[in-house]
This record gives sequence, structure tokens and C-alpha cells, in this order.
Amino acid sequence: MLGRTANGLYWMFRYIERAENIARLIDAGLRMSLTRSGVTDDDWDGVLQSAGVREPYGEMHDKTTSVDAIDYLLRERANPSSVMSCFESGRNNARMVRTALTRDTWEAVNECWIEMKTLLAKRVKPADLPEVIDAIKRRVALIRGAFHGSMLRNELYNFARIGTLIERADNTSRILDVKYYVLLPSVSAVGSSLDNVQWESILRSVSAHRSYSWVYDAEYKPANIADFLILNGQMPRSLSYCYEKIVSNLGYLAQEYDERLPAHETADAMLRALQALSVRDIMDKGLHEFLEDFVQRNNQLGQEISEGYRFYQ
Amino acid sequence: MGNAPLAFDEMMNADDAPRQPYQQYFEWYSGQNPAHLIGKSRDAESIFRKTGITFAVYGHADSAEKLIPFDLIPRIISAKEWRKLAQGIEQRVVALNAFLDDIYHKQEIIRAGRIPRALIEKNSAFLPQMIGFRPPGGVYTHIVGTDIVRTGEDQFYVLEDNARTPSGVSYMLENRETMMQMFPELFHRNKVQRVEDYPMLLRQSLASLAPPGCKGKPRLAVLTPGIYNSAYYEHSFLADMMGVELVEGSDLRVMDGKVKMRTTRGYEAIDVLYRRVDDDFLDPLTFRPDSALGIPGIMDVYRAGNITIANAPGTGISDDKAIYSYMPEIVEFYTGRKPLLENVPTWRCSEPQSLQYVLDNLADLVVKEVHGSGGYGMLVGPTASKKERAEFAAKLAARPANYIAQPTLSLSTVPILVKKGIAPRHVDLRPYVLVSDKVQIIPGGLTRVALKQGSLVVNSSQGGGTKDTWVLED
Repeated sequence: MLGRTANGLYWMFRYIERAENIARLIDAGLRMSLTRSGVTDDDWDGVLQSAGVREPYGEMHDKTTSVDAIDYLLRERANPSSVMSCFESGRNNARMVRTALTRDTWEAVNECWIEMKTLLAKRVKPADLPEVIDAIKRRVALIRGAFHGSMLRNELYNFARIGTLIERADNTSRILDVKYYVLLPSVSAVGSSLDNVQWESILRSVSAHRSYSWVYDAEYKPANIADFLILNGQMPRSLSYCYEKIVSNLGYLAQEYDERLPAHETADAMLRALQALSVRDIMDKGLHEFLEDFVQRNNQLGQEISEGYRFYQ
Repeated sequence: MGNAPLAFDEMMNADDAPRQPYQQYFEWYSGQNPAHLIGKSRDAESIFRKTGITFAVYGHADSAEKLIPFDLIPRIISAKEWRKLAQGIEQRVVALNAFLDDIYHKQEIIRAGRIPRALIEKNSAFLPQMIGFRPPGGVYTHIVGTDIVRTGEDQFYVLEDNARTPSGVSYMLENRETMMQMFPELFHRNKVQRVEDYPMLLRQSLASLAPPGCKGKPRLAVLTPGIYNSAYYEHSFLADMMGVELVEGSDLRVMDGKVKMRTTRGYEAIDVLYRRVDDDFLDPLTFRPDSALGIPGIMDVYRAGNITIANAPGTGISDDKAIYSYMPEIVEFYTGRKPLLENVPTWRCSEPQSLQYVLDNLADLVVKEVHGSGGYGMLVGPTASKKERAEFAAKLAARPANYIAQPTLSLSTVPILVKKGIAPRHVDLRPYVLVSDKVQIIPGGLTRVALKQGSLVVNSSQGGGTKDTWVLED
């Protein structure tokens, strides 16, 4: 396959994954503002930061308001990570790699883009937000379903999956890093109601506020939350899960190409490191330092894959 | 009924009974609720939209992707009518290839005085780089789309031989797909010949013409100018259906005497390139140096016998409108027989007598640019205003050799679905022909229909639509 096609698939799935993650972040932000009296716009600063767009937002807006922040995250064309920009880029990539996609997958992406163009044509009224966020999640679920249900398990599939997982690992670690301070053990042994709101918001932004209680106690504990999102291999957005899957997809590529590349070593080393760690180790070493390092190495892996498999635009 | 009151209708006889090929369909249609059909028509549109069967109109930023309107009443051709057409098309395509081989080699047709030398050698579509070179299998036009119009029960004319890169075949396939999805019962009632094999036949046909330098199983690719090209959908569709790579010029380069593409495993050779890029842009080293769409050096690889380019560079000379007027002579010269399909009578404005006739009869004629396409740059005399005709006459007088003229044919009509039921509209037909060691004509093709009442312009860029085209079995 063309290096351009591999690149297109990888980015198509990164963008689609990102669109969904941004929608979740908005959802979590909205929820916080509902459950708290005297909402401060700082919360939206946190959301913008998790999305990695706090700075460019600041260049367009003097202050942070929920209305502007939401619009920036959902629709702003100048923001390459807004939901609309992500779908646009995802669909453009899909169009470019059209011959690598099954008809079902292509149609799911195209219909998603058609619906979003209408839905996000104008500023979304606050009352319509939940519906719009649902629609985004539903569309991405349809794309994912069509993809898993119809694509051959070959290199195309592996490149697409790796794109999804690298993006997801990046998102999860950013979400944690923005809120790392509320997870530090020194804050308090027993969560205040304020902490509870913060903790729930973290879980909600990875759609895990329910599943958390299936795995741990119903009670939120910072160490458990960190464990769940970083180390728990059952949790499909945890760093461990992402790396298990990245390693296995890279493994199929190594088989298919009969060649191991630097990317394989990097990914294996990262997975081994995650498997050897306990949440206590991470907390002791410093959660923030851990996450910062992780984001950087995750990026580096993306680079190595792109070079090793000769991606180009 | 506009300006063509006597048009031959393919569905209804003069006595308002359906013609034979339409009998089954008409019976079915008579039992349908018109409102239901209008609803189906909207369904079809949403199928096309979600599939992304769109084309780009240049110069419209936001309307970047448009749908070609699809009319759900099929155009039906009997097996007998089709056989006659197919024989005529085959004869013509064989003659075209013989003509191309001749003008790039011995030029016997010129020596025999049947065609003026200047018409060939001064023509920009004639490529001196092809002189003395014979493409693999001696095939120049791997894919041809012969445009045909009908004016009566037994009157068919060839309007154009599209021998460069005929487009529209994806619509032929998607129209059929859509019809079968929406009206499966119709395909039980009518035995319609298959068009669905086209991508497979195309692949086999291209693979059978691999270059001498190809050892083993030939590797095919479709070359597209990219996602902003108006026919990008079709390029990706064909690559997808054939299961071959879709490439752009920037994906390819010449290495070790081969054309190679940049893959995730390094550079890999391509043996057969179905290019949807014009000659001019194919090789910046040979043709337009400013082309970013092509592959520098591909012509050298081609001439060394290490790649097949379909269609061959330089085939454009055979579908030039000035050459068109000589097609009856060309067919006879190479096949030794009279043409089975008629040419539309054509006045070459380069000839003073013809020019005078054309200027005197502008109101009755269609005048076309020799190199134009897409329905642009032409004058439809009967519908043009006096002022338009006067302006065009000035252009004609200034550069007569740039134009040809033809009578306005009363194109046949087939009904389309309208709010009040059905109404006749003018149509043409583009069957698709594959040439390898044999000539294969896909039974059907693309029917284009002028959606405006009375209009004779069927081009999609000017408000034309399409129909599914059925060729019935015996």
C-alpha cells in the first residue's frame, strides 16, 4: 500500500477519535456546571487545557466563558481540534484513502460529516447541546461499528487501529494531567463534595463514571481513579489497554512485513514499563512527571511509526 | 413541446401505446402511485449523497460537491437494437485503433489522399513522441465511450468518439445498483443484461496488455489528478472496484527504468497505469513542464516497454472534432466496408464553401469548437438569440478552422418523472467499450438526459441528468 494511504488511514482515525474525545470533554464540562453552585469559568479553562487548545483559544478570546469555550471546541474552523474540524479532516482523509475503506466504513464517515455539517452550521443553543453531543458519539460509534464489522484484518486495519489508540492514549493522559493535582493523596483522605465533583468529571470525560464502580468501590478514591485510567487493562481508554493493543497491532505489521522496526522496541518498552508499575509507584515518582513523560514518548512512537512505514502526505 | 415537436419517443408510439421494449415496464409503471415514485426519487438522491457519488463544479467554492440528478425511469433498448449498435461501435473502434497505428507509423491514409496532412501534423492532439512506437498489443484506445444519439426507429448517429479518457462509467454502475436496490421487482419482470462485470472486465482487459518488461502478475494502478478533480469519485470508485491502487503523480517516480510507487515497504513497480490525467500533464519532461500531476520520465519508461499507459498518449487525435468529419472515410479505409453507424453530417468551417453555408444557416445549425468538450463554447443555433448568433458569426469568421457545424438533430426522447407524472426529455447514450485482443462492449451505458423541457444539452455541467440504461435479453 502507498505510504500516503497508510498516513491517511492513521490520521483519519486519529481525527475521528479526537472528535469523540472533545465531545466527551464538553459533556464533562457541562455536567460540572450543572452540579455545582457558583460555577466558575475556570472549569472551562480546564476543559480547554485538556483539549490542548487553551493557548490558541486565548488568542481569539479575551476571557473564557462557557458559551465561547463550547463553540470553540465544537465548531471553530480555526481550531484544528474542534469537533467540526476533526470530522472535516477525518472525512477528507477518508476520501483520499477511499479505496482502502469498505463501503460501509466510508458511508458511515460520509454520513457523519453530512449530519455534522447541518448540526454544527450555527452556534448550538445550550438547550440543544446534549442532543448534539449524543449525535457526535452516536456517529462515531457507527463509524467504529462499520469499521470493525466490515474491514479485513490486514495492514489497513492495523494502521487505522494504531491511529485510534495513539490518539486515545494521548487524550487520556492529557485529561489526567490537567487534573493531576486533585488526585494527589495530600489533598485529603476522604473526598469533599468538591473533590467528588472533580473526580466524577475526570471519569465522565472518558465515559467511565459507571464502569468505575463496577471495578472499584462505589466511593471515588484518587488512587483508584489513577489506577483505572492508567493501569487497568480492562478499561478501554486506559494507557495500559491502549498499549496492549498498539503492541499487538504493531506485532501483526511486523509479521506481515517480516521486519521489526524501532517503533516495535519503543512500544514494547512502554508496555513493559506500564505492566511493571503500580499506582503507588506512579504517585511516589510524581503523577505529573509520569504523565508528561508518557505524552512525550507516545508522540515519539507516532513519529517512529510514521518514519518506519514511510508515511507521507 | 419546445423546439423539437417531432422527436421520436422511445417509450410511447404515436398512438400512445408503449413501444415493444417498454411494454413490461409500462405495465408496471401504470400500476404505480406517482407520489410513491416521487418519494423513491428522493430516496435515490440520499443514496447518491451518502455514497458520495458527487462531482465538483470548478469555480464554485462552497458547492464543491454536487450530485448529478438521477431520473428513475430507465431507458430501455431491445436486444435487436443493441446488436445493431454494438456491431457498428465495434467496427468504429477497430477503425480508430487502425487509424492511430497508421498515423503514428506509415501514414498510409494521408498518402492515399483521404485526409489532409496538415490536419494531423498541425493538430495539438497529435504527439510526435508517439511516432514509430507501438503500444503493447498494438492497442491505443483501451477504453472508449462512443456517444450515440437516436432520431428514429432505425436512425442512430455517432456524435463523438471519446477515445481519450471517457468518464461517466461509475454512473452507469451506480445507477444500476440504485435501481436494483429500489425496484428489485422490475428486474424480475425484465431480463436486463448485466453491466456489473465492467470493473472485472476492465481489470482483465488492462492486465492482458501488460508491457513486455513485466514479468509475473502485472500490477495495475489508476492515476488521478487528486481529490479536487471533478471526477475523483469515479477514479476512486474504479480503483476500489478493480482492487488496484489509486495513485497521484506525486506517489510515483521513475527509478531503475520502471515507474514505481512509494509504498509502506519502499518503492514498488507498476506495470499498467490507467491514467485519468490528460496527455499534456502526463510527463513534465516531455509535455507541459509546469505539470505537477504527472510523472517526470514516464514517457521514456513507456517507450522502453516497461509500462502500459491506458489510453495511450496521443489517442486524442482520433476524437478531435475535425477528424470526426472524416470518420466515414476512416472506417472504410481500414475495414474495407461502409460504416454501419452514421456520422452526423458535418461542415468543416476551414473549407470556404462550408464556412459560407454555415454563416448563411446559423439559425439551423449547432456550431462546436474543434477541441471543445462538456458543451462549452458551442452555439445551438435554433435556441440562440439574434445577438448571440451575430457574436458567434464574428468568432467563426475570425478563426474558421477552429469550428465545425452540424444540423440540429431532433434527439429522441425518453420520459422522466415530473410532478404531474411523466414527460418526454431528450437523451443521448454513451456505451463503454474495452479493447484488448478483443473488443468488448458493455450492454448498456450512460444515458444522459436534458432535464429542461425542449433542451438538447445533456451535459451534467449544464443541467443534465442520468438514467439507468437497460439492454434487454432476447
